Amino acid sequence: MEKEKTYVEDIDRSMYDFRNEDADAYRLKEGLNEEIVLQISKEKNDPDWMRNLRLKSLALYNQMKMPNWGPSLEGLDMDHIATYVRKNTKISNNWEDVPDEIKDTFEKLGIPQAERKSLAGVGAQYDSELVYHNVKDEVAKQGVIYTDIESALRGEYADMIKDHFMKLLTPSDHKFNALHGAVWSGGSFVYVPKGVKVSVPLQSYFRLNAKGAGQFEHTLIIVDEGADLHFIEGCSAPKYNVANLHTGCVELFVHKNARLRYSTIENWSKNMYNLNSKRALVEEGGKMEWVSGSFGSHISYLYPMTILKGDNSKMEFTGISFANKDQNLDTGAKVVHIGKNTSSYMNTKSISKGGGVCTFRSVVKVDKTAENAKSAVSCESLMLDSLSRSDTIPAMDIRNKSADVGHEAQIGKISDEAVFYLMSRGMSEEDAKALIVRGFADNVSKELPLEYAIEMNNLIRLEMKGSIG
Amino acid sequence: MSDSILKVSDLHVSVADKEILKGVNLSINKGEIHVLMGPNGTGKSTLGYALIGNPKYEISKGSIVFDGKDITEDAPDERAKTGIFLSFQNPLEVPGVSLSSFIRTALEEVKGERIKLFEFKKKLKDTMEVLNMDPEYADRDLNVGFSGGEKKKAEILQLLMLEPKFAILDETDSGLDVDAVRTVSAGIEEYQKRCNGSLLIITHSAKILESLKVDKAHVMLNGVIAKEGGEELVDEINKKGFSENEDL
Repeated sequence: MEKEKTYVEDIDRSMYDFRNEDADAYRLKEGLNEEIVLQISKEKNDPDWMRNLRLKSLALYNQMKMPNWGPSLEGLDMDHIATYVRKNTKISNNWEDVPDEIKDTFEKLGIPQAERKSLAGVGAQYDSELVYHNVKDEVAKQGVIYTDIESALRGEYADMIKDHFMKLLTPSDHKFNALHGAVWSGGSFVYVPKGVKVSVPLQSYFRLNAKGAGQFEHTLIIVDEGADLHFIEGCSAPKYNVANLHTGCVELFVHKNARLRYSTIENWSKNMYNLNSKRALVEEGGKMEWVSGSFGSHISYLYPMTILKGDNSKMEFTGISFANKDQNLDTGAKVVHIGKNTSSYMNTKSISKGGGVCTFRSVVKVDKTAENAKSAVSCESLMLDSLSRSDTIPAMDIRNKSADVGHEAQIGKISDEAVFYLMSRGMSEEDAKALIVRGFADNVSKELPLEYAIEMNNLIRLEMKGSIG
Repeated sequence: MSDSILKVSDLHVSVADKEILKGVNLSINKGEIHVLMGPNGTGKSTLGYALIGNPKYEISKGSIVFDGKDITEDAPDERAKTGIFLSFQNPLEVPGVSLSSFIRTALEEVKGERIKLFEFKKKLKDTMEVLNMDPEYADRDLNVGFSGGEKKKAEILQLLMLEPKFAILDETDSGLDVDAVRTVSAGIEEYQKRCNGSLLIITHSAKILESLKVDKAHVMLNGVIAKEGGEELVDEINKKGFSENEDL
């Protein structure tokens, strides 16, 4: 029998889609030129070296071409992106002092609640500036520094910032790192001293509220010898009809025998161009762990890179991407093996639905020096209908004969038989599909703290609504 | 009839435009155990799938009335909620979903209420004991890496936990060793004891029926019920086979 089919056009994003009027905000002219960059620099009271870095970056930006190898960026008109939008507010470490409208935004997103429950510290960035920053006393007492980059630039850690800022990700890497170098604003600096193990995660939350704006936050984390940190990054934005741009940079330094876990749950609105760069440098015996969930954005280019410089250093990457209608998520990971006995493991899943496109790109590079390197890459894709698309593009560059490198890829459609099996036990078609997808994503949610695993399951549930069609 | 649980009338079912069932009539009363036998490929499993509502099995004619309600057009989840259960011949694997959480989700769906975790866990543990199942299976991914026998036991576990009014067991005993058949058989007895459920047991072997009281046996040939009888029909088929039975 032909069953009647239902299709729900749009999911309920009201939890993320609320937006605040930005009438009172200070807003620079749309577009990008030297005048604007100098004005940002002046506003932020940059040291000279930073102003020079901005100008050098702008020059590079103007020379460099747009990338032409990935999803189309034609919808992104840089002349109409206001690069700098700021609320008239100062950073606060007291939640009560944050302006009501911004506080309301973050309370809807559950940020202060999350801090109370399970986090060692929280930074909340609203458009271009951090509006709230707090570290719990016991963590601060251990000597852990968690602050906004701007104050770090002028404080005790100024030299440390100067030595590391855009040294791992450089403005000459590509056009969008150059853009970031020119107009970056906001973000976090974390320093974990030698031997300090931070037992609960630190978190930052980025919220882009203004229309047609860019967010260019810079995250710089240094985990010193033998130290241990879990850092969580969450992102969201309401939906507007014009494109928004997110071009953050994340630079991570993992010292000898240290461990850093960097988790991201990204749920940008579906008009966002998420052109984000992340890179980690791992010294001897260090370990870098990435957990990455990409749910939002219109277009994403995201391939966190790990450089295993020290002997016996390791990396693990666990990622999931979920592309729905009008989304093209080009994600993956890169690793460079330099030290001896280094190992890398990438395990990714992608889900595409309603015509969404997921592309997984990986690069594994094993240098001549990397004796006995081991690398395993595994990616699995699940397509929920015949409109959707999934691609896998692995690249390997192996220059040492002792390397042990493996790649595994699986692309499949959701099994009608499995859906029927679950339905025969009383679940609706929608719930059955959602359960299968949640199971598929289980290895990622297992890696997340409980609250985030629940949020991820909620996101999957939202995306799965209207899956019968 | 007030004590009828299932009434199938002139049921015609096609798969991919090929007619498999060509007018099946079957009537089962509350609390009864019926056996369905027949050579391979005659449509026994098709009947099971059609009763639970597999969308690939198209009903072109006839009706299914369950517990006084016409369910011919209902989706599988609606049928499950009215109290029909199918023990699959080849249960599907669902990675990332534990057996325990799956059963709890299903139980909440069919009962239409939240189930308390503590009580659920206790009942699950006790029921797994009846089936000689290693308790660690509760936390394993549904059917993933289960042996054939464990998959079948997991089906009976679901039967006992969900307590449907009527269950179809599609060759639940096939491929099981003697001990496992006995365990499954004990599970079926437990099901009857717990909720006086009705059963349609599709099987090739009399082993699973030994300790059960069979009310009626049906033999299916070429998409129709060709012969019906009491328990004695099972013995007859076992001795003579289908082809030597002169009436068929």
